[in-house]
Amino acid sequence: MKDHRISRRAVLAGSAAAGALTFSGLPAQAAEPQWKKYAGTKLEVILAKGPRGDNLQKNIKEFTELTGIEVESEQIPEQQQRQKAVIELASGKPSFDVIHVSYHVQKRQFEKAGWLADISGYMKDPTLTAPDLVESDFSAAGLQYAKNDKGRMLSLPWSVDYFILYYNKEMFQKKGVAVPKTLDEMVEAAEKLTDPKEGTFGFVGRGLRNANMTLWTNFYLDYGGEFLDAKGGILTDGPEAIEATKLYQKLLTKVAPPGVAGFNWMESMASFTQGRSAMWIDGVGWAPPLEDPNASRIVGKVGYTVVPAGPKGQFSATYGDGLGIAAASKNKEAAYLLCQWAVSKTQGARLLQAGGGVPFRNSILNDPEIQKGVKMPKEWLQSVIDSAKISKLGLPVVIPVAEFRDIVGAALTATLSGADPAAELKKAHEQYRPILERSEKA
Amino acid sequence: MSTLTRATPAAARTEPAPRREWRPPSYWPFVVPALIVVLAVIIFPWLFTIWMSLNEWKVGSPTTFVGLANYLRLPNDPRFIEAVEHTLVYTALSVLLPLVFGTFAAVVFHAKFPWRGFLRAIFIMPMMATPVAIALVWTMMFHPQLGVLNYLLSLVGLPPQLWVFHPATVIPSLVLVETWQWTPLVMLIVLGGIAAIPIEPYESAQIDGAGMWQMFRYITLPLITPFLFIAAMIRGIDAVKSFDVIFAITQGGPGSASETINLYLYSVAFIYYDLGYGSAIAVMFFVLIIALAAVLLYLRQRTLWTEIGLGA
Repeated sequence: MKDHRISRRAVLAGSAAAGALTFSGLPAQAAEPQWKKYAGTKLEVILAKGPRGDNLQKNIKEFTELTGIEVESEQIPEQQQRQKAVIELASGKPSFDVIHVSYHVQKRQFEKAGWLADISGYMKDPTLTAPDLVESDFSAAGLQYAKNDKGRMLSLPWSVDYFILYYNKEMFQKKGVAVPKTLDEMVEAAEKLTDPKEGTFGFVGRGLRNANMTLWTNFYLDYGGEFLDAKGGILTDGPEAIEATKLYQKLLTKVAPPGVAGFNWMESMASFTQGRSAMWIDGVGWAPPLEDPNASRIVGKVGYTVVPAGPKGQFSATYGDGLGIAAASKNKEAAYLLCQWAVSKTQGARLLQAGGGVPFRNSILNDPEIQKGVKMPKEWLQSVIDSAKISKLGLPVVIPVAEFRDIVGAALTATLSGADPAAELKKAHEQYRPILERSEKA
Repeated sequence: MSTLTRATPAAARTEPAPRREWRPPSYWPFVVPALIVVLAVIIFPWLFTIWMSLNEWKVGSPTTFVGLANYLRLPNDPRFIEAVEHTLVYTALSVLLPLVFGTFAAVVFHAKFPWRGFLRAIFIMPMMATPVAIALVWTMMFHPQLGVLNYLLSLVGLPPQLWVFHPATVIPSLVLVETWQWTPLVMLIVLGGIAAIPIEPYESAQIDGAGMWQMFRYITLPLITPFLFIAAMIRGIDAVKSFDVIFAITQGGPGSASETINLYLYSVAFIYYDLGYGSAIAVMFFVLIIALAAVLLYLRQRTLWTEIGLGA
């Protein structure tokens, strides 16, 4: 009888615990950062348009409730966002505190110019950082992107983009073709799946100059290619590059839809979702449109797997973006709290579950509870987890990345109209090397 | 009388003289605002562009004066040379084709037939649309697998084309869009010219037994030549600067097959952030436009001259 009575102490203890939970918003195990310390601060955020930006904007009220910090944010299309950010940062007085950084394009440029604040100190400060946010939780690629050559963290890795192989299960079944494990098998499979009379093709991927580099580098990595030598010289015209280009040329001219030389991801996706192409290699983030009945004719028929292995290894070309703090910002601590919240478990889980991005944090990706909530097919999640194990940066970390993509990309596109891979690569690198040298000297 | 007549011009000569000395201060203040605007909006940006072109000026790194080094890079830059070639081909085609079709359309629409006003209005509609919107519609129509153009070709038994997705056909395909959009403008200009031609030469030609083609060739064409030059000049300057349609449809691709100077300039300045080199390209581009306009103006002067010569 006595056991069932509710004691005054129990009530007090219970309400205290509940209170602690509601105040912190996170399980109160260890010391929590002082979320409210910068209440009243106003932050400006510049975001690239996409699911990451959407996810941040949609839930930003929770951050304001937690910290009392007001956030103004804008989403600008990727290309324009990069331009605006660079011009403003170069002026020394950017209008924003927090910036969404495209690592694969901007890492080296931002580091060299010193535009981002060093947050290594903040990460060690328990009044600013939650105990679960530790460097070791980020994947190797994420740390490689976020740290400068002195090992200082300049941003928090937000979302990673692995290249994976999408395939049309129905088309594979119809022709009795097995899912390829190697690039050679992929070419064979693509040949079997190609039927120009029916207007169906075995493979589709980016052929458009610049955009095509992200696909090509995945082949290049699989052929054992490295981007830079010890002195920082570019290596992408060596024998591995020529072999990778031959494969690229073969796939995009023999077994891909006509006009692929002008295809970016959008046109490739259109061909794939219309059931016109059987395989597509691209970033992992396209699952939501492929599984959307309003946008796709192949809902439920898409297979997801890792990019097949090449003769020298199996890699997934990796790209990614992060959140950094402008070195010129006057609200760095408040800005840091925002970055931390954006890459938190709650926000990362939402991103992953909607298929809008893949957090760099292993504790999110490997959490079975979070995995259960993923709305995309299980195979997709598996391809993400498997790709993480074979992840390798997909572009050289140099300042003139855009020039690299444009010039070498143009050479690749030229091979699609029959030009010789070796000669085109040689010509392109004669053009690119002086640009790279000039930028490293500056 | 004679003394009077002599005195008046003398007085007139002496009196306005001091007034003239006072004139400058009275109108100068009115000139100053315009002068400031011109200096700030036209002269200063130009001088600044030239200054930038003489520096190694990259966003994110310090600037250094390099003299003419940026200009010396131009002749050794294959992408720039190619861009100049593309610009010239693109411009020539997108002046010539609208001119031919526009003149033809003007002759047709000058004739009297039912619904003429309504059909003229329909015909000039492409000119009123936004270039980027047009570009998006055409991009879809050009799609080799899903586009309507290849479907139309297949109806008449022609093989499918790659349109903007092949280096060899990309510029003609873009010119097709340009022609579609700007033929109406040429038509309007030439239509004005045809309407201004008196009817007598045609009457006497008919009496002399001239046919339709002869009347067009020997009466209409010479008399509308000045209008054609105006149309060519407007089209030429427009086409050489063309950016929106090309950027929205191909972004200079496939490869760099449709990269004009303007697109290359954009890449250099705003994607590679090489403002010094970009400025050098801009200066050369400006020189090219001025040269083109000068040639056309010179030709126009000559046609005016021959017109007066013919008239006299």
